[in-house]
Amino acid sequence: MTYLKGIAILAMINAISAVGLAVFTGFTGMMSLGHAAFMAVGAYTCAIATKTFGLPFLLALPLAGLVAGLSSLLIGIPTLRANLRSDYFTIATLGFGEAMRVLLENLTITNGARGMAGLKNHSTFGVTLAVLVLVIFFAKNFVFSRYGRMAIAIREDPVAAELSGIGLFPVRLRSMFFSAVCAGIGGALMAHHIRFIQPSMFTGVQSTLLTATVVAGGMGSLTGPVLAAFLFAFVPELLRVADMWRLVAYGALLVAIIVLRPQGLMGYRELSLRRPSGRRRAPNG
Amino acid sequence: MEGLVLKLPLAFQTLVTGLAIGGIYALMAVGYSLIFSILNFSNFAYGMVIMLASFLGYFAMSGLGLGLGPALLCAMLGAALLSFLNERVAYSSLRRRRAPPLYFMISAMGTSIFLENMVYATIGSRYNAYPELFAVPTLNIFGASIGKMDLFAMVFSVLAISALTFFIHHTRLGIAIRGASYDASMAELNGVSLDWLIGTVFALAGLFAGLSGVFLGIKYMAYPNMGWITNKAYIAAVIGGLGSLPGAVAGGFLLGVLETFVSVYLSSTLRDVFSFSLLILFLVLMPSGLFGKTLEEKV
Repeated sequence: MTYLKGIAILAMINAISAVGLAVFTGFTGMMSLGHAAFMAVGAYTCAIATKTFGLPFLLALPLAGLVAGLSSLLIGIPTLRANLRSDYFTIATLGFGEAMRVLLENLTITNGARGMAGLKNHSTFGVTLAVLVLVIFFAKNFVFSRYGRMAIAIREDPVAAELSGIGLFPVRLRSMFFSAVCAGIGGALMAHHIRFIQPSMFTGVQSTLLTATVVAGGMGSLTGPVLAAFLFAFVPELLRVADMWRLVAYGALLVAIIVLRPQGLMGYRELSLRRPSGRRRAPNG
Repeated sequence: MEGLVLKLPLAFQTLVTGLAIGGIYALMAVGYSLIFSILNFSNFAYGMVIMLASFLGYFAMSGLGLGLGPALLCAMLGAALLSFLNERVAYSSLRRRRAPPLYFMISAMGTSIFLENMVYATIGSRYNAYPELFAVPTLNIFGASIGKMDLFAMVFSVLAISALTFFIHHTRLGIAIRGASYDASMAELNGVSLDWLIGTVFALAGLFAGLSGVFLGIKYMAYPNMGWITNKAYIAAVIGGLGSLPGAVAGGFLLGVLETFVSVYLSSTLRDVFSFSLLILFLVLMPSGLFGKTLEEKV
């Protein structure tokens, strides 16, 4: 039971970061390959706050989200303001992620590549679940707000959105900030679940897995990525496959989804207790 | 004055070392840029093709006991085939239904993760050293020592890139590639089979991946986690201007030299932070690089 609980906690942590990224990739149409860096910022902020400065966890957790969000401005403001082509932006986030990892490996406050051990276990099932529910609630409100509508308009057609008077930069930056806060909180929860962090946990592979979760869940859905996060955590665990083959399967799955079923598991739909109101148009591709 | 005399040889040595690694960066960047110029997206799987080529070269030399020439040929042909298959499996159907660039990149990342971990799972994460090729591995030029292999790689890179430039400018196929890189549908209207052409471009880029893979393997050994160095392909390509071949060459050499200076004079751990910061700086301030054409995303 504790074993299953452990996997569920990891799944929820991934889901928290994935919901954030869903807002940025699924609803705003920007692809990031550097979100592991925001997880890392959150994880280290929380670990340093609780371990080095003795802050209570419930104070350190929002702080981790905030610092991760602020760090996203560092890369978000210059790249989004320059209105880079979408693939240039992705390359820039990849570069940011790598640079951040190398930086963490060489700072003294983060204890370099050896990482930080002996963190307390604060990420209980209850806490993680509460945070996940809260994040989904905020994301849902965000997506259904005026800002979310603008983001969707930009995803569908940036040029048309801009011609309709929507500023690309503030909307994209807002989505990015939100997703970075979620990633930071996810990272902080991860630090206090695994109770050990090191820079090599937050590589480009981790970023890609987050993106894979969003893509598999459906770009344009919030609950889809949550579902995908649970599947990605439980299925390999139950099949007891080795870690390497798991990543091989993720890679193949990512290509297969994009080539064969670009709408992912859920497409634009949401998991709901209510009866689905008919099929909606799948994302084109 | 004495300090200057002492310091000059170090600067010269750094320059030579930087040019040696820059040659390989240029080689990688050319292949990467070639694909970018025609499909207009960043093929992240390219680095893994280079890594696999490095393994191919290793197996050809250590396993089959082939010489450098045949091993290079093996790696180049293998990588060309791999690159071609990569396009057919991961991109061709996206291309046909005109998917957004986002989808291409996700597919490329998927391919990249798949290939890298396939190597981890089947071959293992060990570092595989190529056999020694020369009895006396270094050469002395005006007081700077350079590996004979590095020199060979550099000369060979320049030759290969010149051959490609000739091919692109003076053959029918090359002209078709250049035409398609400006306007793919226009090229198709003029009777170019786009499917075939793109396959050729990927195979051509694969040849360059093969060359650079073997040279990288000889310099740094062959191992699955080579991504940190194959990443330099797109950094160099961005510096030179994505999609521009002369730009890729200039970017490769420039990056190699700058990086080596940073690691010698500042700190070797800062080297990769420097390269990635340079990447972001170029993307933000000069997205078309040193030589690139200004590209707007198509509506």
